[in-house]
Amino acid sequence: MLIILLPAQAADIPLEFDTPEQQQRYQHLIEELRCLVCQNQNLADSHADLAQDLREEVYEMVQDGKANEDIVGFLVARYGDFVLYRPPVKLSTWLLWFAPFILLLTGIFVVFRFARARMQVPPQQLSAAEQSQLTQLLKEENKD
Amino acid sequence: MIKYLVPMIIFVMLTGLFLSGLHKGDPTVVPSPLIGKPVPAFVLPRLDDVQANLTDQDLKGKVVLLNVWGSYCIPCRQEHPLFMELAKQKVVAIYGLNYADVRTDALDWLKQLGNPFVMSAFDEERRVSIDFGVYGVPETYVIDKDGIIRYKKVGVISEELLAETILPLIEELKKQM
Repeated sequence: MLIILLPAQAADIPLEFDTPEQQQRYQHLIEELRCLVCQNQNLADSHADLAQDLREEVYEMVQDGKANEDIVGFLVARYGDFVLYRPPVKLSTWLLWFAPFILLLTGIFVVFRFARARMQVPPQQLSAAEQSQLTQLLKEENKD
Repeated sequence: MIKYLVPMIIFVMLTGLFLSGLHKGDPTVVPSPLIGKPVPAFVLPRLDDVQANLTDQDLKGKVVLLNVWGSYCIPCRQEHPLFMELAKQKVVAIYGLNYADVRTDALDWLKQLGNPFVMSAFDEERRVSIDFGVYGVPETYVIDKDGIIRYKKVGVISEELLAETILPLIEELKKQM
């Protein structure tokens, strides 16, 4: 039972790092990178053979002191932006990044317009007959 | 009137969106950034001869069909007869990239089913395959005379795909100087 409850970390061999900073970078990178085989998992969680190979590549590049951008660039050059869980902001992803904000603003605008329209409904004018009926009622009230 | 029109328009637009999504094809196929780029430089031992190498230079100067395969790969058996036929007709030079395999298994596989490849490279370490952006077997690349990758198919090559897409592309690339 205990084994099942352990975190689903798929690293088969315990990795050794020169510095804790490198270990952190490695962990961060494999969590940010997508496994190509099981596409809804990152490299950290995937048990696919390819994910194992790519983790090894990332590990070696981290150990070689390569910068995060270089490591990510290495994978993007081979597999495309698809390996990134956080796609870069560019023309083709513009809608993906900004549509939520556009929708939010549109929503705020619609609610605002709706509320204003309701506030601006002019108070109904009473007809002459209603006015006299009202005066009558008020008079009766005052008598009591 | 406009009160009824707006939901109608939204409905039609959503339906259009979902319909286009349905016809977009296999979502597991990732477009390769290597299309239009040169073949990554590599040196790998030949499958049939440990002493000899296959390098990216061997692919230059002719149109090449590069097939990533493995003896463990069931779908590879499905497309294999097509490659045998192509090899028989000498339409194009077919090279193999044997991925994550055991040498004897791979050689047995070729002995059993026939060998359509001019040569196969043996990528036991899978490093070169990563450089090619391989993420599943089979994969097939069309490479032009200058060593530029022109086309990539992830998954099995069907007869239709071969006749309608790959062969016309090969003929076109052959005409290039």
